[in-house]
Amino acid sequence: MFRYIASRVLLLIPTFIGISFVAFIFIRLLPGDPVIALAGERGMTPERHQLLMDQFGFNRPIWEQYFSFLWGVFHGDFGTSIASKRPVLADFRALFPATLELSICAMLFAVIIGIPAGIFAAVKRGSIFDQLSMGIALVGYSMPIFWWGILLIILFAGILHWTPVSGRMDLIYFFKPTTGFMLIDSLISGGKGAFKSAVSHLILPTIVLGTIPLAVIARQTRSAMLEVLGEDYVRTARAKGLEPKRVIGVHALRNAMIPVITTIGLQMGLLMAGAILTETIFSWPGIGKWMIDAISRRDYVVVQGGLMLVALIVMVVNLIVDLLYAVINPRIRVK
Amino acid sequence: MNTYKKLLAATALAMLTGGLMAGGAAAKTLVFCSEAAPGGFDPALYTGGETLDATGQAVFNKLVEFKPGTSEVEPALADSWTISDDGLEYTFKLHPGVKFQTTSYFTPSRELNADDVVFSFERQKEGSPWAKYVDGASYEYFEGMDFPKLIKSVEKVDDLTVKVTLTKPNAPMLANLAMDFSSIVSKEYADKLMADKTPGKFNEQPVGTGPFQFVDYQLNTAIRYEANPDYYKGKVKLDSLIFAVTPDAAVRVQKLKAGECQLTIYPDPADVEGLKADTNLNVIQEEGLNVSTLAYNTTQAPFDKPEVRKALNQAIDKKAIVDAVYLGQGTPAINPIPPTMWSYNKSIKDDEYNPEAAKAALEKAGVKDLSMKIWAMPVARPYMPNGRRTAELIQSDFAKVGVKAEIVTFDWQEYLKQASDPKHDGAVIIGWTGDNGDPDNFLATLLSCQAVGTSNRAAWCNQEFTDLINKAAVVSDPAERTKLYEEAQVVFKREAPWATLAHSLVTTAMTKNVSGYVPSPLGVHNFASVDVAE
Repeated sequence: MFRYIASRVLLLIPTFIGISFVAFIFIRLLPGDPVIALAGERGMTPERHQLLMDQFGFNRPIWEQYFSFLWGVFHGDFGTSIASKRPVLADFRALFPATLELSICAMLFAVIIGIPAGIFAAVKRGSIFDQLSMGIALVGYSMPIFWWGILLIILFAGILHWTPVSGRMDLIYFFKPTTGFMLIDSLISGGKGAFKSAVSHLILPTIVLGTIPLAVIARQTRSAMLEVLGEDYVRTARAKGLEPKRVIGVHALRNAMIPVITTIGLQMGLLMAGAILTETIFSWPGIGKWMIDAISRRDYVVVQGGLMLVALIVMVVNLIVDLLYAVINPRIRVK
Repeated sequence: MNTYKKLLAATALAMLTGGLMAGGAAAKTLVFCSEAAPGGFDPALYTGGETLDATGQAVFNKLVEFKPGTSEVEPALADSWTISDDGLEYTFKLHPGVKFQTTSYFTPSRELNADDVVFSFERQKEGSPWAKYVDGASYEYFEGMDFPKLIKSVEKVDDLTVKVTLTKPNAPMLANLAMDFSSIVSKEYADKLMADKTPGKFNEQPVGTGPFQFVDYQLNTAIRYEANPDYYKGKVKLDSLIFAVTPDAAVRVQKLKAGECQLTIYPDPADVEGLKADTNLNVIQEEGLNVSTLAYNTTQAPFDKPEVRKALNQAIDKKAIVDAVYLGQGTPAINPIPPTMWSYNKSIKDDEYNPEAAKAALEKAGVKDLSMKIWAMPVARPYMPNGRRTAELIQSDFAKVGVKAEIVTFDWQEYLKQASDPKHDGAVIIGWTGDNGDPDNFLATLLSCQAVGTSNRAAWCNQEFTDLINKAAVVSDPAERTKLYEEAQVVFKREAPWATLAHSLVTTAMTKNVSGYVPSPLGVHNFASVDVAE
């Protein structure tokens, strides 16, 4: 077990260096530079441009810039944004919980509706429910997020007044974030009304961000379930006279879930892409919008630091998952 | 302490602070749906309008300011001023008894005096201890307005008198001093932060003399202000002001309609009719101090010939652009400055839209089978709602006169950078919103020889024009300046370095209970005169 853990942790080192290199080089491959963005339409003389590039250190040899970035990262210093002049780490800490909270809610929404819908569609294969739900899933999957978001806002916030338009919380509630997760912070600091407000602000962005994963999960569950339902052992279970509920719920479902769980994992990664648009539409102060703005301003420091921080989190989560696998499945640690 | 107790203590503490803060929310609150988050809270460090609104307009004052709704300069922190005969010395008399804001993070011990004014400018110079007080600090407006070269010194004469000495006469100086980067900051606060070794807070927790004082900023979400009770012009009518950061234009409109904010700006032109039709809303449309243009690269053949540029101008159907791109919310532009700006030359006739005449003129100039590039701006700006659509319309106009145009575009930063390079290929769609209402801010900034390589995207260096502009910048008599600028516009029209496209209307929408809002032609947003009926 110790050797397994050690090997996993050691593997982090090359991964970390590889990612740091990609994060560093990616933004520099794009044309443009962060200094030109400071002056806007006014423009800047080539001399002033050179001066600022020198001052910010972007004229140093590329390897020197890279090592100074790595050195900073090892010391917990992810640099300071050129556009906002704020430390990248502080901004990340303030914004990441918003993205995480939205992603978790969207994934829960997708799983809670997607899996039962998929199972039901498989069991009632060919029925109206099957055709309807899979039809809706296909529509959901093809829906452009931007359009879908505005549509929901107009209907539920604009016409029906059921939900707020955008933001994370009604502006009458005002408290310093404790955890950064609005659902938790509102409970511990703002009282009942604030919690209700936080929940109501989450509804539309959750639906918008969760729609594509929901469609994918529902379709994946249906096809996995159909495959399993055709297996010999299911037929055997039925032949033995087991209740249909037990056959589906216990025998078929557990095996059908294996590819579905893999899909959920993959969708979690893809949520990030959807989060960028969802955050823009719903004025959601997360890291998706932050990173996109930084890329368009060529704010090298934010892009490299932000990517690195996201990558670090993914690496640590993966490590924990790997270790958990080993705890659950002894075959892995023996290998 | 066990977990339960820790949780209880945390809850109590959070409820206490939360409760106190919630208690601070006052009766008359205006929520403004702003289009972007501010960069920071030092108005001299940024050039974006969203930051200037949140700092220079809300929290700070200048020596002189623009009279609301105009670009005329009026007294502010300076009650009066005198200008020496040679135009080199400006002596300002400060308003006595102006207090800096008392906030949770700073209590001033003295009133505004000349030291604050001196510090507000000195700090922006290279070599000052404040030049790099946060990583990445650079005072781009100070540089862009040429202050390092223009200002020889800013000196204290006595506690309430300041003398600004210039290296050469500069007529737009007063207008420049009314811009947000010239905001007067508290030296006492700055010194305290420096002594505490926390100068970075200067850009996070501002202290000014303005109508609103800063309370809190939730990153990329909302800025909260409360009325400054000690405001030297008297406390404003609002008790608190909130900027709700809402980047998407369609969502801003929805928020306004749902009552989540009371005032918003820059709606999509397509939404304006709907806003006007809403009986709960008021919509104000104003001619902005802006212009959009197609700037030919005048160093490149055949655009180096004025007759070719004029012929192409005749091929462009500007009215169609105003109708299709601005959805009627704009006017075709004749001159490089907008009609609301003083010294606008009304006698100039526009190049008439006439494809046949354009074709003939091109033939006469010996231009045959011309292929060119049109640069389409990739972003929307108040002066240009849709660069791509405009480029397409011009492309089809040019096709009618036998000119083949290819539309190119780049990412915005790259676009600005490449378009500034005099070697760029083709004609660039670009524009400008005035900073200070002075014609110099358009004509010298966008068209003078000294701006080639930066903001003169036509790379047009006409000595006659530049001489007129430079002369107008140093004479102080307004009538004489007006005459010089009018002449310069004649030269501009004759030489046609640009096709002037349009001046757009700037739209502000607000709920019916909001009164007293005066839109600024300079594209900033100020809420000092606003009231909200309960």
